Amino acid sequence: MTTVPATAPNLPVPESPSVPEAGPPSAGLVVGFFEWFGNIGIFGWQVLKAAVTPPFEFRELIRQLDDVGSKSLPLVALAGGAIGVVLSMEVRSSMSRFGATSLLPSAIVYSIVQEMGPTITGLVVSGRVGAGIGAELASMKVTEQIDAMEASAVNPYRLLAATRILACVLMLPLLTAAADACGILMGWLAQTLVSPISLHQFIDSGFRGATLGDFLPPTFKTAVFGLIIGLIACYQGMSTRGGAEGVGRAATNSVVLASLFVILADVVLVKLILVLFH
Amino acid sequence: MATTFDVSTKQTGTEPACRACAVAVENVHKRFANHNVVDGVSICVKSGETLAILGRSGTGKSVLLRLIIGLVTPDAGSLCILGQEIAGMSLDQLGEVRKKMGFLFQHAALYDSLTVGQNVAFPLVHHRTDMSKAERGERVNQLLTEVGLEGALNKMPSNISGGMQKRVGLARALALDPEILLLDEPTAGLDPISSGEIDELVLKLQSEHQMASIVVTHDLHSAKTIATRLALLDRGRVVIEGTFEDLERSDIELVKQFLK
Repeated sequence: MTTVPATAPNLPVPESPSVPEAGPPSAGLVVGFFEWFGNIGIFGWQVLKAAVTPPFEFRELIRQLDDVGSKSLPLVALAGGAIGVVLSMEVRSSMSRFGATSLLPSAIVYSIVQEMGPTITGLVVSGRVGAGIGAELASMKVTEQIDAMEASAVNPYRLLAATRILACVLMLPLLTAAADACGILMGWLAQTLVSPISLHQFIDSGFRGATLGDFLPPTFKTAVFGLIIGLIACYQGMSTRGGAEGVGRAATNSVVLASLFVILADVVLVKLILVLFH
Repeated sequence: MATTFDVSTKQTGTEPACRACAVAVENVHKRFANHNVVDGVSICVKSGETLAILGRSGTGKSVLLRLIIGLVTPDAGSLCILGQEIAGMSLDQLGEVRKKMGFLFQHAALYDSLTVGQNVAFPLVHHRTDMSKAERGERVNQLLTEVGLEGALNKMPSNISGGMQKRVGLARALALDPEILLLDEPTAGLDPISSGEIDELVLKLQSEHQMASIVVTHDLHSAKTIATRLALLDRGRVVIEGTFEDLERSDIELVKQFLK
């Protein structure tokens, strides 16, 4: 039998493999703000390191592409279509005041493709996918499933975070293209019900004088929205604490923060596109 | 008889004590929010041994297990697993060590979106890529048979009892033939019959696989049944370490209280 004395040598503190915590601001809002950015930066770096080193989780990536992409498609298409109808009605009212109804197809197409489609897609995906990822990962975290994954020598940054973030980055531009197409189609439908015009004529008139530079950058900027949505949702989920309440908080914070940062990023990206492509 | 270390001479994975023990924990400290949860713990568990860690709730037993598998990083001290110092390792380096370890969580921590069979197969799918699907299925069936759950392959974790979940967790922990098995309260929340069955199972696996095992438990009867040595933790420190008889002979008040 042995009783064990305890003396503490000053040994180096090792690097922590765990996700930095998304706790409340510990010393005021400013510190909390920078703390959050610091932690999400560390989290992003861990995910990037895991994503570029083998083994690559292709099966999980395909599952996430389906979850983020095809399962979001009906919602995004519906939102895009609704925006097309609303734009058609609103723009018609404004244009007719200035006698510029002939510019209606161009106004609708440009509005949708350059701004409304990407933004609406970003916000819809923030809501559906952001909440889903945040809640799912938070639930796994509080029930120790993520710890169990780590204990099974599976890197959760690679299997859970990298696959979801990459799926968001890849799928957002495709979903945006779908939202744009539905918006233009429904915009034409709303237009043709009031003043009949063929789809061919509408498209022809809408895209007249347009270059790829007008349409590709706004569509591909949504890859950045995807990065924001995926990163924030994964971070909020994997760093949550506190049982069911923590899961709810993670889901809510994922949606709110992802939506907010999508809009803020849009401001920067629009300016960047104007500088680089016009 | 228990083993302790001269901590001043054994701080790296290359030292003799580190090589001699499958799990060598030396003077490890962990603090959460100004509270010393683990306060200078040193333990050594060799292959074929089972150490039961006893103690009241909140004395740092589970944290100690989490330190050993690297889910929590120590503030100070040395954690040597199978001859390798794990403190400071990257997640992927740690993964290589973890492949030789099995961990049964207190609440089993099964993946709730996967079936029982998929849960057990999870480590195999990710680490035994040389196995064919049929071989993997065979191994999963073998593991489930070993823990007495032959018919549960396609059930969801939510549709089985707590005792069965623990068995599935144990099967998952054994999937990669670990050299070290860590069990966090394997009998907590179970009825006496299920507890007895889990104890028998752990004993059987222990004799068959000759792993180094560490069992955290409140259950004195279970500890007496499955452990070759016991350690009593109090306020993050090992108060006493030895066989059950050593503990019975101890005149330390806390030990007497605990054995009552």
